[in-house]
Amino acid sequence: MKEIEASAITQAVARLCQEANFNLGEDVLAALKKAQRSEKSPLGREFLSQLIENARIAQEEKMPLCQDCGTAVVFLEIGQGVHIKGDLKQAIEEGVRRGYEQGYLRKGIVSQPFSKRTNTGDNTPAVIHTEIVPGDSLKIAVMPKGGGAENVSRLAMLLPNEGKAGIIELVAKTVKEAGGDPCPPVIIGLGIGGTAEQAMLMAKKALLRKVGEPNPDPEVAQLEKAVLARVNALGVGPMGFGGSTTALAVHALVSPTHITSLPVAINIQCHSARHKEITL
Amino acid sequence: MNITSPIKPKVIEELTAGTKVNISGVIYTARDAAHQRIIQALENGDKPPFELEGQTIYYMGPSPAPPGKVIGAAGPTTSRRMDAYTPRLLAAGVKAMIGKGSRSDEVRKAIKKYKAVYLATTGGAGALLAKSVRQIEPVAYEDLGPEAVMRLTVEDFPAVVVNDIYGGDLAELGRKEYRKT
Repeated sequence: MKEIEASAITQAVARLCQEANFNLGEDVLAALKKAQRSEKSPLGREFLSQLIENARIAQEEKMPLCQDCGTAVVFLEIGQGVHIKGDLKQAIEEGVRRGYEQGYLRKGIVSQPFSKRTNTGDNTPAVIHTEIVPGDSLKIAVMPKGGGAENVSRLAMLLPNEGKAGIIELVAKTVKEAGGDPCPPVIIGLGIGGTAEQAMLMAKKALLRKVGEPNPDPEVAQLEKAVLARVNALGVGPMGFGGSTTALAVHALVSPTHITSLPVAINIQCHSARHKEITL
Repeated sequence: MNITSPIKPKVIEELTAGTKVNISGVIYTARDAAHQRIIQALENGDKPPFELEGQTIYYMGPSPAPPGKVIGAAGPTTSRRMDAYTPRLLAAGVKAMIGKGSRSDEVRKAIKKYKAVYLATTGGAGALLAKSVRQIEPVAYEDLGPEAVMRLTVEDFPAVVVNDIYGGDLAELGRKEYRKT
């Protein structure tokens, strides 16, 4: 049994919120640099250069990469042997509150979604996903998720016989219609199988993977490759104004499903793919 | 091309889809919540929070300014959310808008009709774009926090023309050129 103080969780979350907003991951930066070299549109290359420069400024000056500092999506993997001293949910909310305040991050959560829409003022509540896993450690990943990309998410319950071709066309249609709104080049998270809600959670979790790292299952990896090729043939390009780089990567997670179903969830991540994690 | 905001009608005539510009001068921030209030003011016969005639609106809500900085991250938000309000504002005299993404057919028609221009700047480049902001002054609706209307003085603010008075659309042109299917 390992004891973890709630205050340690608060501190960790506060730090991760800031680090994620200031420091673009090395994997994302490398993918942007690679795209900058291969992009065919001169305007697209210029956008990509600006994004690379933006990452440098953000890191050096501790400025948020984007003014949309996101919904604080927090993923927890809680070891069965861990005992948390104190209130876990409160500890996380307090971490988000402190992180967003101390880091001069934009608070972008409204309390009531369809009428008053009053800003809660501290970016809480966070969206928290917990998983109980073997072991005696606690893994915390914080993903500040911007609204522009989240807004073009899609869930479709395909017919089983639509299969691989159906998945590819669904993603292509979604990305084409989204155009410049989600800030391409994007990373496409796919959750295939399970139930409706499980599919969307897989799509989001897939975005935590290192950019461009394929799914370990060769058949899934092959689907990721096919979707990426199809999407990049659309011509949407950086910022939606034409080009050969619409997506940097496609990450899919797959799960068994019901005999009647083929759930496909698409969760889009803008190029500002921010997430940081720690294991306590 | 270096241009000054407010952008003169003669200059707007020169701005065609794909033209890259550096904007210096004055621009006003407003997002959907502020648009809604401005339209409400116009409908009530009240004065809008700033003289709309000839002005440029930037769809942006910054992050808080850290100590020693003029402004926090200051990149564009998705323009589509303002589409419902834009034709009314163009009728009231607004001449230029800066945001990200594409506009509705109604907005594109209104841009032609009122001889206005829609420009895009780089989404997700908030730290970089903050460098072009020299001054920031609150104007109205401070209760909206980052969504309040603010008057920005900018220098060499980079943007590209998306929709021009001739009906040109950069998203259409660009995609046609690079589509492979």
